[in-house]
Amino acid sequence: MEILGLLIPVSLALGGLGLIAFIWALRGRQYEDPKGDAERILSTEWDDRPKP
Amino acid sequence: MSDATLHDHDARLSACPACDAAPLASRIASAKGAQADIILSLPTIHCATCITDVEGVLNRHPGVKAARVNLTLRRVTVDAPGMSAEELIPVVESIGYEAHELDPAALSASAADRQGRDILMRIGVSGFAMMNIMILSVAVWSGAEAATRDMFHWISGAIALPTVAFAGRPFFSSAWRAISHGRLGMDVPISLALILASSISVYETLNSGRHAYFDAAVMLCFFLLIGRYLDYRTRAVARSAAEELTALEVPRAFRITAAGDEPVPVSELVPGDLIRIRPGARVPADGEIIDGMSEIDRSLLTGESIPVAAAPGLALSAGEVNLTGPLVLRVTAAGRDSSLARLTALVAAAESARGHYTSLADRASRLYSPLVHLMAFCSFLGWYLATHDLRLAVNIAAAVLIITCPCALGLAVPAVITTASGRLFRRGMLIKEGTALERLADVDTVVFDKTGTLTMGVPQLVSINVIPVEARPVALALAQGSGHPLSQALAQALVGVGTVPAPLADLREVPGYGIAGNWQGREVRLGRADWLGAEHGDARLSASWLSLGQGAPIRLEFSDRLRPGAGECVSAILASGRRVLLLSGDAAPVVEDLATRLGIAEWRAGVTPVEKATAVHDLREQGLHVLMVGDGLNDTAALTEAHVSISPASALDAARTASDIVLVGSDLSPVAQSLTLARQARSRIKENFAISFLYNIVAVPIAIAGFATPLMAALAMSLSSISVTLNALRLRR
Repeated sequence: MEILGLLIPVSLALGGLGLIAFIWALRGRQYEDPKGDAERILSTEWDDRPKP
Repeated sequence: MSDATLHDHDARLSACPACDAAPLASRIASAKGAQADIILSLPTIHCATCITDVEGVLNRHPGVKAARVNLTLRRVTVDAPGMSAEELIPVVESIGYEAHELDPAALSASAADRQGRDILMRIGVSGFAMMNIMILSVAVWSGAEAATRDMFHWISGAIALPTVAFAGRPFFSSAWRAISHGRLGMDVPISLALILASSISVYETLNSGRHAYFDAAVMLCFFLLIGRYLDYRTRAVARSAAEELTALEVPRAFRITAAGDEPVPVSELVPGDLIRIRPGARVPADGEIIDGMSEIDRSLLTGESIPVAAAPGLALSAGEVNLTGPLVLRVTAAGRDSSLARLTALVAAAESARGHYTSLADRASRLYSPLVHLMAFCSFLGWYLATHDLRLAVNIAAAVLIITCPCALGLAVPAVITTASGRLFRRGMLIKEGTALERLADVDTVVFDKTGTLTMGVPQLVSINVIPVEARPVALALAQGSGHPLSQALAQALVGVGTVPAPLADLREVPGYGIAGNWQGREVRLGRADWLGAEHGDARLSASWLSLGQGAPIRLEFSDRLRPGAGECVSAILASGRRVLLLSGDAAPVVEDLATRLGIAEWRAGVTPVEKATAVHDLREQGLHVLMVGDGLNDTAALTEAHVSISPASALDAARTASDIVLVGSDLSPVAQSLTLARQARSRIKENFAISFLYNIVAVPIAIAGFATPLMAALAMSLSSISVTLNALRLRR
């Protein structure tokens, strides 16, 4: 059962990481244009070189 | 859902777009030095290529710093200092996309966005907490004992308490507002359940108790926040689309100054200013004509379909359309006041008469809140008197509160409204008011306006056969030289039969009268009867006259074109057993003709705005639920007076503001479909109440009897939430 002392903090930390990623995405206005983002990934415009 | 206790965000955004826009407009005006971004509406974009094309062409255009397309809103925001929308629209149109300028002052998207992000953030936090606590709770339910159970409870509490404090804040603040106003909203039992569940769980954990309700408290937050977000989304989508309609009409006037004409925002006009109104433009403010001859289309204000001659001295009202010649106007009443001031008295009177509609959810929560509190208190009292065990009694009261918590009220109603209004939105109807859908379900009588509602307000030539074939090329050449709606209709009809215009010399438009030209040495004219020396005859029908320089002038009659879908809409409503009335400000023969064509038995012509409102009021007095469909300023009071109201997108701003639903497309048939859908939605809401009532009937006795466990609370809550949501989603198909 001692393993719980390790596993619980680990699982909380992983969950917290997800929460932080969600908040970061929210702050970065990534939910402003869900339809546009779904379409943009299909565009071949920046396939060969990254967008500067 | 209009109760302030249910939706704390209502309080911040007023119901009147004009009131929101006015301070925004002044803010934008003061920030002019900073150069706001240009926003263009792109109604036709739909795919990845569209995005790349539009952004590409704009970014390559000299002077543009950055362009970003938002596909969800179908808009592009362009950062181009010193450039105007007029320069950018041709750039976008050159690659085949329709573009319209949007007035950034009328778009209040940023404030609403922040609100949506705020709710999403709380959902994210409570979702994270719920999952982690659930992992620990499953261990407890499956038999964790003694020290392990206590440790799991402690960790759960450490996660749950800050989460409830953060994610539950919208409920706490709105419950507090309700209590300080002496009311019991839905948020009071929610807040009480959250606080009681959290505190009893802390107490149990301190005393190594068996049951802790941390998971239930957090889950409650999570589900109810989702309901609140759905509700917010529905409003936000409708609001942004309604704003876009307003923003499409960039309010600008041409003020005459010593240095020439200067374009200014309408809000900057003051009485005494001289403004120039070009042919085809809408009159921006009330005033008196100083100079110029023209004809004025008053259909939006009075419902008359025949243009009125305009000469110096005539008073014009904002909202009328100048047809043929340029006019100079001295402003007598300016800004938004001009058209609204006269309406305010009428609309205010009608609004107070409409009273406060109580939505199904409000009615249910009014019944529900006292009942829940009473049940929880009784079970506490009963158990305390029976056992004298305070801890047990509080435990049971908390269990009752949690199990009865209104997931169905908080989640099911928004879910039904969201799916139903989403479906109506795809068909071109915007629900502006939260309760409009429910009120639409009550409708048993439909009142239509004529001009601009059942008809397009666009004239159509009755018969082309009155024009001899040899005269058609001349008629077309004359008609093409004028911007008057009757001329345009004539030109359209002639082009439709393959006429080629004849060469005319000395073509000139005589504002207010018509258009003249020289054909093979003869003076030919197209215009008003008195100008051509003819008798107008029946003055109530729109007509124009054509003179070929010899023989009697030819009378050309025009009728108003029916709005597409008007016929199906009216017959579908009649077939569903509802009563249909036609009230128009236009002349009797025109109205009678239309009523016969559509099969409407009850019609009245020459109705003034006050009479329209009175007629609707009388129908209400008879206990009927009236749906008013209208577009003009003369309909505004009636729109407000009706139980629920619809106006087409082509309506005046004031009429759109007064109505609950806006019809975006030009087709009228969704009106009939929406009545059916509204009935479906209402029965779905009632079904959902029945489902959650059923859950409560089963679960509450168990809770009162003291057999409830946290596992049961969690199961009951998630099962009822999921089943009502699924039931709501059935509306989608």
